[in-house]
Amino acid sequence: MTTYTVRRLLIAVPTLIFISLVIFLLLDLAPSDPTANLPLTIPPEVRQKIRESLGLGEPIHIRYLLWCKQFFINEPLNVIDALLGQSGDSERLRVLSWQTRSPVVDLIVERLPQTLWVVGLSYVIGVLIAIPIGIFSAYRQYSWFDQIGTFVSTVGFSVPTFFTGVLMIVVFSVGLGWFPSIYDTTHRVTDWSSFLLQARQMAMPVFVLALYNAAQISRFMRASMLENLHRDYVRTARGKGFRERRILFVHVLRNSMIPVVTIIALGVPQVFGGAIITEQIFKVNGLGQLLIVAIQGGDLPTVQTLTFIFAGLIVAFNLVADILYGVLDPTIRYD
Amino acid sequence: MIGAGLLVLAVLAVVFGPHLWNIDPQLIDIRARNQGSSLAHPLGADRLGRDTLARMLAGGRVSLAVAGAAMGLALTLGAVIGVASGYFRRLDGPLMRLTDLFLALPLLPLLLVIIALFRDALRSAFGPESGIFILIASVIGATSWMKTARIVRGEVLAIKEREFVVASNALGAPTRRIIIRHIIPSVVSPIMISAALGVGDAIITESALSFLGLGFPPDFPTWGRLLYDSTDYLQQYPERVLWPGLAISLTVLSINYVGDGLRDALDPQARG
Repeated sequence: MTTYTVRRLLIAVPTLIFISLVIFLLLDLAPSDPTANLPLTIPPEVRQKIRESLGLGEPIHIRYLLWCKQFFINEPLNVIDALLGQSGDSERLRVLSWQTRSPVVDLIVERLPQTLWVVGLSYVIGVLIAIPIGIFSAYRQYSWFDQIGTFVSTVGFSVPTFFTGVLMIVVFSVGLGWFPSIYDTTHRVTDWSSFLLQARQMAMPVFVLALYNAAQISRFMRASMLENLHRDYVRTARGKGFRERRILFVHVLRNSMIPVVTIIALGVPQVFGGAIITEQIFKVNGLGQLLIVAIQGGDLPTVQTLTFIFAGLIVAFNLVADILYGVLDPTIRYD
Repeated sequence: MIGAGLLVLAVLAVVFGPHLWNIDPQLIDIRARNQGSSLAHPLGADRLGRDTLARMLAGGRVSLAVAGAAMGLALTLGAVIGVASGYFRRLDGPLMRLTDLFLALPLLPLLLVIIALFRDALRSAFGPESGIFILIASVIGATSWMKTARIVRGEVLAIKEREFVVASNALGAPTRRIIIRHIIPSVVSPIMISAALGVGDAIITESALSFLGLGFPPDFPTWGRLLYDSTDYLQQYPERVLWPGLAISLTVLSINYVGDGLRDALDPQARG
């Protein structure tokens, strides 16, 4: 197991570097001009100067290696400095956003809490809803609960979040006026009433994402439970006279959770991608919104860094899923 | 069955609808501006007085065409890569690493980036509408073949060892002939299933791109674009977001039901 983990970690490093190269080349080969949005009155020679000041004068491999150095070496050093309470080396070059001229990592750190709160909470809630529904649907297969549950989960993942989100706004913000339709990031939780406001503005985005996640996970949970419920060991347990509750929650549940746990781990990075849309609907200024604004403004360093972080999350959680699978299921041996 | 019926209905509506309801979706009738439903405009008209029903039908055509084209491309790529890596042992390693790599790419952010960056170049090469059509269809297709490739590879690996393939190999049939006559027909059913489930995803992806404002140009209706345009008038005309949203949701829902039905019918082992 340990050798497997080490080997996978070693494979992950070249994969990540290769992905960063692919993203870099893709962005670089694209026929877009970062100065295109500037006023037309700027003379061409000044325009050229601006591009050189953005670092576009260098050849492509130099720029790629520079990005690598800034992102993989300088930024971690800054984090270490911050953790140790040192002021840091101001000479150290950082990945700068072209739009705001501030370090991209600072922008990301600024936006991360909103995304984590909204997206993370909705994922947790989605999982907490999905697992009991999946268990009960499978245990009482073809009952009315199962029929309704299966129907709702099919609807839940067929209906895109950008429709459920807009529908929620129509019903609960425009129609009933219960929740605000725009997320206010500057809101600080200081007392009970401001906490209520925070809860109210988070309710809709969290609900929309939680519904979508719950729909997918409950389907897997149900399928996995069904597969295990008809196994011989369940019959043996029944024959031994164990109580039904013990069979269901100890024997069957533990075995059915194995694939579901890996699905949950694999879903985490996708949630970050899917949140781009939800953040756009509810005007949450998280990471997804940062990416959209950066794309629209042609801010390549920000786009590069953010996309790479998303890729890194996917690779990391794939690794986590595979390792979890090995830990949870002793019949699987990676050798 | 209801799913199949709904799907057929949606396809028929977008194929023949524009012939039956022949108001030009681009026609601007400023007097009908922001009108509610009436006999002349059953679903009302938008902020420029364009008929919503006509735009819905035209938009559905584009949305379904993009999804179909993207899926066609994804299936071809997936089938070719799957068969190649399943049948030829030497190609297996590199092709599967490629698949893993594609699976590790963050797709939605990358789609957004690619479309934003290459939009103008393709627009000037092929014209505004067909340029963006080619771009979106090929980008969605090029990023959704991985599942098909993996499934096909698995099937091919199993079928390759079956007696009839070994026999025709022993009879000296050329590799190309074995693949076309024996391997491909045996993997059609998993390909069909992943096609059915993939079309739904492709529709959602296209709508999502349009919804984020990075899809087709504004005067060119697709379901996602209509939904996106309507959200600006959410306070005044909330019913306007309903039609495109319902169209997307019902189509995808019916496709998913058809896909599930296909899987149950063709692959009795994968019950769930």
